[in-house]
Amino acid sequence: MGLEMIQPGALSTIQDLGREGYQSQGFQKSGACDKYSMKLSNLLAGNFDENCKEAVVEFTLRGGEIRFTSPEVFSLTGADMRPLLNGEPIPMYAPVCAQEGDVLTLSLAPTGLRTYLAVHGGISVPAVMGSRSTNLKCRLGGFKGRALKQGDCLPTGKTTEQVKVFVEIVKGREDKFALGEDKSFLRRPSTPSRYYGLHGYVLLRVVEGPQAEAFTEEGLKTFLRNPYQLSMSCDRMACKLEGPLIGLKEGADIISDGIVEGSIQISASGLPMVMMADHQATGGYAKIGTVISTDIPSLAQLRPGEWVTFQFITPKEAVGIYRKEDKKLKDFRKRLMDVMDE
Amino acid sequence: MRLKAVGDRAVLAELGDSISESINRKVMELNEKVRSTSREGILETVPAFASLLVYYDPLVIDFDEVSQFLINICKTSGESKKETGTLVRIPVCYGGIHGKDLSFVAEHSGLKEEEVIEIHSGRDYRIYMLGFLPGFPYLGGMDERIITPRLSLPRTKIPAGSVGIGGEQTGIYPMESPGGWQLIGRTPLRLFDPQMGEKGRYQAGDSIRFVPISQKEFDEISQTPEMRW
Repeated sequence: MGLEMIQPGALSTIQDLGREGYQSQGFQKSGACDKYSMKLSNLLAGNFDENCKEAVVEFTLRGGEIRFTSPEVFSLTGADMRPLLNGEPIPMYAPVCAQEGDVLTLSLAPTGLRTYLAVHGGISVPAVMGSRSTNLKCRLGGFKGRALKQGDCLPTGKTTEQVKVFVEIVKGREDKFALGEDKSFLRRPSTPSRYYGLHGYVLLRVVEGPQAEAFTEEGLKTFLRNPYQLSMSCDRMACKLEGPLIGLKEGADIISDGIVEGSIQISASGLPMVMMADHQATGGYAKIGTVISTDIPSLAQLRPGEWVTFQFITPKEAVGIYRKEDKKLKDFRKRLMDVMDE
Repeated sequence: MRLKAVGDRAVLAELGDSISESINRKVMELNEKVRSTSREGILETVPAFASLLVYYDPLVIDFDEVSQFLINICKTSGESKKETGTLVRIPVCYGGIHGKDLSFVAEHSGLKEEEVIEIHSGRDYRIYMLGFLPGFPYLGGMDERIITPRLSLPRTKIPAGSVGIGGEQTGIYPMESPGGWQLIGRTPLRLFDPQMGEKGRYQAGDSIRFVPISQKEFDEISQTPEMRW
């Protein structure tokens, strides 16, 4: 019982919040690229764990076709892939009930890049080193350590009996999540925040450092005053950007140190690359700054050819923003649980 | 110690700006202290050559608090056990099909193949950090006589366990991967098995000693590659 991939889409992997505690051994953390959307999909599917850590399917650009082999409650967040259930449009950002044999179709996303599918009870592939995230490079975790293929059957975490109980709860409240004009107070406030900077481009807020001193004054100005465009080489490991070259005092090479999701490495050529979920644990290029956690989801939804701008903020501001964003999620969780309890 | 913010969820503690055993020892000492002091909100550490990256949960603790914590535990020195790391022995079958570039390394160094093996296996190598791949050790202290440049054209596929020389560095490819180092041998041990969910055979701060073995021994160990050796 669970989900059967009839057509797996362009790049579909199972992800949770990532593999914690193994980066000192050289393992990538992995996890969902847009963790905000991933968390929201969990809440909407009735996975009310406070950390929203159940495993979901991350689709990239085009989602494909999935057959439900048992009754499920699921939800879709992130890029709008025009979801259809048995050919009928269904809403994004809402719990949806599926019966055994129903087919979900996800098309090419007109905008955005990544869509998250959560099911009630989570995708229950075995956890490897504490996480169900797929690490494509090391071929571990997720479904057999690889991207999903046609014919894969994904188990879910709840029994059919448990799902049926939740289906009844959702069924009585479907009007609150209905498709169409935005009558649901539950839908809109839940989308991730996105800010716009220079020229109306997506703004990525950055904490300066840890090697900002490796850059010239001019280089720092270049970085802050120009938009950068996502190149064709953007994937789950890194987004490589194009734009004016950022001047370094001596060279891009540093003594390798630990890097994080959001670290902005400047290569020898002077171009920035932002580390994404599958980044290596350590790196040897100078880092001008780190995109704050709250703005990573915005970047994860941009495609090659789209533009970003950068702005420096302090670590204190960044933590404050993160806490605010987390509170938004917790409030949403509370509202959702209240609705389900009514 | 210089403390630097890494976004909103990590602090980088820099303990020096060069690759040296004494600086790396300080990194491991600090790592040990952070790991043995339970402080809510501290999640994970990544030791490197000269720095320690400390991940924190921004819902629990912030940059200033983590910095203060690191400064405080640095003061509580002295009593911490002087961990020198363990010595991990790695059996290696040198040359032949396992080390296709051994003859090149010998030629380049003006030595016989046996001498290269003797020199390479004749000392212990400190693991400064793990990175690049899971379990890929950055080793220090290779004998200058066997320094050999990397291949001009990297191989697309190197078997797991291969031991190589890249410039003045030596190391092991823990899993199959592309790479440009001169391959001089291979260990039959499985170095990292993620599916086991266990810690690897070695960690940053440990030392590695390569022990030459014959093809026969290689085949025997290959039967039980997960064994402790």
